[in-house]
Amino acid sequence: MGKLKEKFQQTELYKSIFRHSYQDTNRNRALQIVDNVFLHLHPVRIPRHAVNIGYTWGMGGITFLLFIVLTITGVILMFYYRPAAEYAYEDMKYLMNDVPFGPLMRNMHRWGAHAMVITVMLHMFRVFLTGSYKPPRQFNWGVGVILLVLTFLLSFTGYLLPWDQLAIWAVTVGTNMARATPLLGHEGPFGPELGMKINNDIRFILLGGTQVGPPTLLRFYVGHCIFLPIVAAVFMIVHFWRIRKDGGISGPDTSKKEF
Amino acid sequence: MESFLKIILKPDNLPILFLLFTVIGYTWLSISKMRKNDTQDIPEEAKLSDKVQVWPNLVRVEFIASIVVMVILVVWSIFIDAPLEEPANPTLTPNPSKAPWYFLGLQEILVYFDPWIAGVILPTLIIVGLIAIPYIDNNEKGSGYYTYKERKFAVLTFLVGFIILWVALIVLGTFMRGPGWYFFWPWEYWDTHRVVALTNVDLSEIFGINTKDAFGKLNPFAIIFGIVVITAYYSIGVIYWIKKKNTPLLQELGLLRYSITAFLFLTMMSLPIKMVLRLAFNIKYVLVTPWFNI
Repeated sequence: MGKLKEKFQQTELYKSIFRHSYQDTNRNRALQIVDNVFLHLHPVRIPRHAVNIGYTWGMGGITFLLFIVLTITGVILMFYYRPAAEYAYEDMKYLMNDVPFGPLMRNMHRWGAHAMVITVMLHMFRVFLTGSYKPPRQFNWGVGVILLVLTFLLSFTGYLLPWDQLAIWAVTVGTNMARATPLLGHEGPFGPELGMKINNDIRFILLGGTQVGPPTLLRFYVGHCIFLPIVAAVFMIVHFWRIRKDGGISGPDTSKKEF
Repeated sequence: MESFLKIILKPDNLPILFLLFTVIGYTWLSISKMRKNDTQDIPEEAKLSDKVQVWPNLVRVEFIASIVVMVILVVWSIFIDAPLEEPANPTLTPNPSKAPWYFLGLQEILVYFDPWIAGVILPTLIIVGLIAIPYIDNNEKGSGYYTYKERKFAVLTFLVGFIILWVALIVLGTFMRGPGWYFFWPWEYWDTHRVVALTNVDLSEIFGINTKDAFGKLNPFAIIFGIVVITAYYSIGVIYWIKKKNTPLLQELGLLRYSITAFLFLTMMSLPIKMVLRLAFNIKYVLVTPWFNI
């Protein structure tokens, strides 16, 4: 058996997949990171304090994990859900009662979404308290703020999709704020003076109607499943790339003698 | 008590309890780290600056953390179903109608400010203000480790803003606001028919200047009074600059950074001030104009 394994490791097939041996050497440990497309998000070596979970709380990484979980469960949910007012609620009932593992997928999607909102906020909290937004990371902090807003928007657009009482009234309350937008809302300061009415202001554009209705469902669905995830993914790419370019996980400047 | 237990155990509200405990826990953790770092010459983090291999040191932590998170999420999802209420019915408004929990802090602000401030201006300022933080905070110290001593104003402002004005308002909006968005103590029953006498007055009326006359026409003196009050409030920032502009701190900050910081800070603090005015003195508006009220 061992001989067979050794022989297999000599084949062109094996060597084309695994570029280095697995012996526990520093060189192999480094290659393990740089030869793997997923792991090479990391640097090869990092300061010891950055591994300490008490320093980073792991919240950024957990947020990314939850985003992946939400993408996978979300795609599965899309197989069973039609974003039309006639079908949406029926599809939810079908999903919760008849689809194998349907409730598990939906529950994971919803609880994962709530958890992601929390972990994003905690990540920002930690980054602030460790002063990690300071030079050279100012820009990446701004990217992070945009990602926080995108997380809220993703969660909010998803909130409407079950098309139950909870969904439409929460979204009604939330989008009613847009009525009062200065200049652009029909109840906002100087809105009526600029000709804003209930059927042409910013809330009307957002909802696709004068109240939360079938067009809103379709708008929020497309935003939730296509537009916002893509935008969030682009910002995430920039966010991760900038972490590396800005010198990796923050830490005290050890070139200084005094603090 | 029954209403309170019912609302606290709603599946959709469990994340708020989770948020509450993690925020308290992490605040305690970071404060203890700050105290430790502030009592010694070099921060703990600087003592651990030797490099380690990511494989296996970091990858191992990430792997275990992922498994723990997935286990929690799967168990949570097996035992607690996501809510699915009656089908959407635009003619049947629930009371209270609440936004998703993470926006309930903003919905709570609606009690104190009109929608154009609470729902549009303040959220915009929060986002813009957060992005601006790295550019207005030019204190070089405290980068990459927990410290309070070296950045007192920044840390205190953020703790107040995040814990009191964001998290605490979310908790208040979720658990204490019942039908009609009235305040209910945890032991009170959520009575849909509760009537509260509206005794709100405008700030100028406390000083004997009526906002409107008997025919409902706006009193120009009340408008001038309101503008004076708001201008006076924001001139606190100007006065502070004039008094302290020669201190090294403000010298280094510069006028532009100072103005933005002062504006954002005073705007943030206007929320707790307006809360006190409203809750303790029943004051509705500081300034009433034909187009908008503050």
